[in-house]
Amino acid sequence: MFPPIPNPPVTPTPAKFGEGDLIRRSASNLRVPVEFKEPVAKLIDVSKCIGCKACQAACLEWNELHEEIGTFNGSYTNPPDLTENSLTLMRFTEWVNPETDTLEWLIRKDGCMHCADPGCLKACPAPGAIVQYSNGIVDFDHDRCIGCGYCVKGCPFNIPRISKADHKAYKCTLCSDRVAVGQGPACQKACPTQAIVFGTKTQMKEWAEGRIKDLKSRGYKNAGLYDPPGVGGTHVMYVLQHADQPSLYAGLPDNPRISRIVEAWKGVTKYVGLGVMGFAAIAGALHYLVAGANKVTPEDEANAEKLTEGGRS
Amino acid sequence: MTNSWTDIRNTDLVVIMGGNAAEAHPCGFKWVTEAKASRGAKLVVVDPRFTRSAAVADYYAPIRQGTDIAFLNGVINYCIANDKVQWDYVKAFTNASYIVKEGFAYQDGLFTGYDAEKRDYNRSTWDYDIGPDGYAVVDDTLQHPRCVWNLLKAHVAQYTPELVERITGTPKDKFLKVASMIAECSSKTKTMTSMYALGWTQHSKGSQNIRTMAMLQLILGNIGVRGGGMNALRGHSNIQGLTDVGLMSNMIPGYLTLPTEREPDFNAYMSTRGFKPLRPNQMSYWQNYRKFFVSFQKSMWGDAATAENNWAFDYLPKLDVPAYDILRAFELMKQGKITNYICQGFNPMQAFPNRGKLTEALSKLKLLVVMDPLETETARFWENHGVYNPADTAKIQTEVIQLPTTCFAEDEGALVNSGRWIQWHWPAGSPPGEARTDAAIMAGIHLRMKELYRKEGGAFPDPILNLTWTYKDPHEPTAVELTKELNGSVLRDVPDPNDPTKKLLEAGKQVAGFGVLRDDGSTACGNWIYSGSYTEAGNMMARRDNSDPDATGAYLKWSFAWPANRRILYNRASCDIDGKPWDPTRKLIEWDGSKWTGYDVPDIAVTAKPQDVGPFIMNPEGVSRLFARGMMREGPFPVHYEPFESPVANLIAPKIRGNPVARVFKDDFAQFADTASKEFPYAATSYRLTEHFHYWTKNNHVNSVLQPEFFVEISEELAKEKKIENAGWVRVWSKRGSVFAKAYVTKRIRPLMVDGKPVHIVGIPIHWGFVGAAKKGFPANVLTPFVGDANIETPEFKAFLVNIEPTTGPVA
Amino acid sequence: MSAPYDVESGDAVHPGHPVQVDRYTVGARINHWITAISLILLAISGLALFHPSLFFLTGLFGGGQMTRTIHPWIGVVLFFSFFGMFLRFWKANLWKSEDGTWMRRIRDVIAGHEEKLPELGKYNAGQKLVFWGMSFLIVVLIASGVVIWNAYFSTFTSIGQQRVALLVHSVAAVAIISLWIVHVYAAIWVKGTISAMTRGQVTGGWAWRHHRKWLRELVSRKTPGSSGTRGTPAE
Repeated sequence: MFPPIPNPPVTPTPAKFGEGDLIRRSASNLRVPVEFKEPVAKLIDVSKCIGCKACQAACLEWNELHEEIGTFNGSYTNPPDLTENSLTLMRFTEWVNPETDTLEWLIRKDGCMHCADPGCLKACPAPGAIVQYSNGIVDFDHDRCIGCGYCVKGCPFNIPRISKADHKAYKCTLCSDRVAVGQGPACQKACPTQAIVFGTKTQMKEWAEGRIKDLKSRGYKNAGLYDPPGVGGTHVMYVLQHADQPSLYAGLPDNPRISRIVEAWKGVTKYVGLGVMGFAAIAGALHYLVAGANKVTPEDEANAEKLTEGGRS
Repeated sequence: MTNSWTDIRNTDLVVIMGGNAAEAHPCGFKWVTEAKASRGAKLVVVDPRFTRSAAVADYYAPIRQGTDIAFLNGVINYCIANDKVQWDYVKAFTNASYIVKEGFAYQDGLFTGYDAEKRDYNRSTWDYDIGPDGYAVVDDTLQHPRCVWNLLKAHVAQYTPELVERITGTPKDKFLKVASMIAECSSKTKTMTSMYALGWTQHSKGSQNIRTMAMLQLILGNIGVRGGGMNALRGHSNIQGLTDVGLMSNMIPGYLTLPTEREPDFNAYMSTRGFKPLRPNQMSYWQNYRKFFVSFQKSMWGDAATAENNWAFDYLPKLDVPAYDILRAFELMKQGKITNYICQGFNPMQAFPNRGKLTEALSKLKLLVVMDPLETETARFWENHGVYNPADTAKIQTEVIQLPTTCFAEDEGALVNSGRWIQWHWPAGSPPGEARTDAAIMAGIHLRMKELYRKEGGAFPDPILNLTWTYKDPHEPTAVELTKELNGSVLRDVPDPNDPTKKLLEAGKQVAGFGVLRDDGSTACGNWIYSGSYTEAGNMMARRDNSDPDATGAYLKWSFAWPANRRILYNRASCDIDGKPWDPTRKLIEWDGSKWTGYDVPDIAVTAKPQDVGPFIMNPEGVSRLFARGMMREGPFPVHYEPFESPVANLIAPKIRGNPVARVFKDDFAQFADTASKEFPYAATSYRLTEHFHYWTKNNHVNSVLQPEFFVEISEELAKEKKIENAGWVRVWSKRGSVFAKAYVTKRIRPLMVDGKPVHIVGIPIHWGFVGAAKKGFPANVLTPFVGDANIETPEFKAFLVNIEPTTGPVA
Repeated sequence: MSAPYDVESGDAVHPGHPVQVDRYTVGARINHWITAISLILLAISGLALFHPSLFFLTGLFGGGQMTRTIHPWIGVVLFFSFFGMFLRFWKANLWKSEDGTWMRRIRDVIAGHEEKLPELGKYNAGQKLVFWGMSFLIVVLIASGVVIWNAYFSTFTSIGQQRVALLVHSVAAVAIISLWIVHVYAAIWVKGTISAMTRGQVTGGWAWRHHRKWLRELVSRKTPGSSGTRGTPAE
């Protein structure tokens, strides 16, 4: 058993990280923080998950979110997709393993992966609306969010959702408020089978190794850790029975990275665009200086008068 | 549970059959994941559906609902045939060597003594051969042809893997794989735990389902050991407490039984409860029955219970039928014989079978009082909700009174979990509106009735007028007062026989445990098995010390486990005949040469010599029973019987319909579908989903978000055959009713080949009704048959027949 | 003489000193300025969301949320407004043989040697390119803009398509802003142009110098004086 995180003291606890610990801030340049925090991570062991949705309920309760009561949609995945209120979602996939011809019910807790290289942050135009702390948590500051939805396009995992009510982007915060006072996220606290554990990223990787060994001993020869390098690794990781095929798990990207289109848009386009526009303006100014104004001469007027009179005759 | 939730982490093999622990007991299931992760334990799931438990299992085998006995008898047969038996255990700790009376026999699905007219047996031959010394005759060599072992061997020989496949639909290779995994646990150093719940109880032979697995566990030597046991996963947080304190109609607290009409006086009552040992030296603990009973009577009626009036024996009702179970109660309502009904913490309109019959019964009542923290369908049975509850309100004359009660989080008290831990809880919030505690409401009713009896007399006012009622506020007894009463106290000083200057017991003190209870009226105890829970040392149930020396999973200082804070029942059986643990790495207790010591409270007299005294101290034999004697109504060995509604005839006894001794009321028989009915061709089963708790959480917004709407589960094959689309509407109907539901077409249900014929399964979750936050829907009991288990009348919710068709949505 | 190909309704010549030529009607001018203001607002609000260093521009619109809300609606205004202009101007902007000559002598254009260029109709090739460029880019911008208009249309396309739309939208925006700079600069550089869009008139000399063929056509038309009842020269 992973040692449980002790309950917090009842006395007020100062936050363990805050504004001074930012390593990335959307649409801003940042100085490196004085002190780097130990990176944290949430490890979701899909092989231990029983799909009870306690994490989903805990997320709604802790964050005081109100999800609509929907309808049955042909699966246990309820609601059918992430929403601005359902920041996490159990996704159920029925898969017949062609090698063993046995059914596997793959249940994955979907939600923000807290990428080391967050596409949402890269895409965000609003300064400080998306921040990344030195412990790796990627958080949204809703006071600064403008609701443009660029984060949705920037995210390689299709996670952020824009609220129809307040037009702001929402996603899992990794319970940064809880982590700041030494607690784990609410979903981890609620998980009955320790399918979700929380600690430093190093600890989580070590813990995952033990789990992968256990899974391999049970015949899952491709068991492994999902910590995709394409986004610099993530602070939410999965232990998968079939780590060679992440997409089996309700479309978890096999090799996620920030879309090249987004990179082009937020990279070269941004600079070249300003350059082109600047060039046009400067070229005009220079031309004016060099060539001078193109003025109508008195002869032109005279010619016109002559023409009009001629035309009348 | 013989063991505890925390002990499951000590196991090597978890068999989930007759339950779905991951789905219905997710918090307790953590100990399964723990056993898997840290011990490398394996998990096997046998279920008609690929459940959430199966999702994390190492091996899954499908089975047709209602055929568990055939499967398990097959496993017993496999173990015997392959010599996968824990022989030392079987020989020393079971009745394998006991000789059965001449005349006992089994043929064509029936034992000797069957009376088809009464649907009952004369059980006189189902017993041991008693020798001239008054003890049962045994043959330690197991050579005697009538010894239990040889009878058992012959009894299960029929259940070959081939027959098992033909009956259960479990493919032979899958059955053999499960059997071999189970058989491995006959090793002294490997244990298996059985986790089951309503998947075994809710059958017309539910008790026998469980008994069959218990026999298998005995053969494997897995009872009384760490990581072993028969572990009933209780559904409600306090359903264990309900049975403990005798809320069943034929019981009084602590599993003592009410007298019947044939026991008009105390001597007649005690004559069948003497429990004389059947073998030398045995403890036969029920010999103390009189002490527990007298202390109970003193607790109830104090000074009015005297030696002269046989401890107020006459105050107890005498049963004219085996039990006034709920099925019988509703039958009597329907017949107009019960006219007033106090329904406390119960929603029968959802929870009991054949809703149509329930509505008819409730409609005939004069008065219905519903005590519940929530709005229930029962309280609203008269309200018309279109197809969801087509009640004809104008025609219903029943007066309904709703009394809102507090819920568990709003009051103080104790809850008993599956592992028999009585855990104290404190209120987390204050009750809303006019809600009052159940105790306050019951006190109010009692005090008013007492006043009426005092004024008007009545036929027999004494039991009411003399009832002990010494609570500080008579209108609201507190949880502390009530639990102290259950623990028991000393009524008058008992001098120490060895030293008259000293007192053995001092009047006014709480008793320390049931060991000091007496049958002379000097002690009172409301429930002997709870004795020790609230002693002079304080409230033991409120203890919260989670220390666990050597990580055995015992947690002796956390709350209180009945009996006597013992965490694993029959723990003496964790040691061999010399008192040494079978598996030294899993030591629980051991004999140190003079006494029993260890991590758990020994389930035997501390100084009882291991070679002399058997571990199963509640049995007069001192050993466990592979042969049940007359304790089970169907017979001493389990036999496969089909459900009352079955897609196939019983292969081993084609003439027998259902369980031959299950009670069926006349009108209900007419409402069963025929065996292999063409009209109702599909085998249905009902079950719970993890997102909901019974019919409560549909009142809760978050739970309703997580599973908003009623659906039924069917295979892709059946969907194709019936042209049903995933998430499309279907109508499902049985001979008793019809429901509309969304269809969930899933790979997790597959048709089973039963004796060469495909049987399609329809899965029906139970959680929806016409009140609450979730979408209106139908509960499964609209469809289910009105018949219960032959021994304890738990309704047969798990196996019945339906038909299904695609349709458009219901018009509400 | 063949029918004037690029004379638009409302164009007229008023002899005098100097000659005044009606170039744009009131409707056309209102249409132009709505479009122009929309485009400027779009450029500012768009640039605010395009580059972090320009995010401060959202302050002009009442903050980021307002900027994000208002930008696509202005885009809708621009689209319809420009559509009106398109209907007015498309015919006069059809490509002619002299436009090719003009393009080949672009050096002379830049140097201001108009005497070396062929006589031109109402619009020169540069203006036509601006017109068609704007037309094309506005279609691209409205189409890609709708795709990324999160509040209403996010569910109609995939995120992959939206990413492409974002890139296309920003590239098109850069192009249209650059084009707009050329357009504005040309109006500033070529003196006497701005009055066409303010008062609706240019001088005869301006028309002689830059759009002589158009002037000739106007003069040769048989409807002299009709302009007296229509145009509303500012004076």
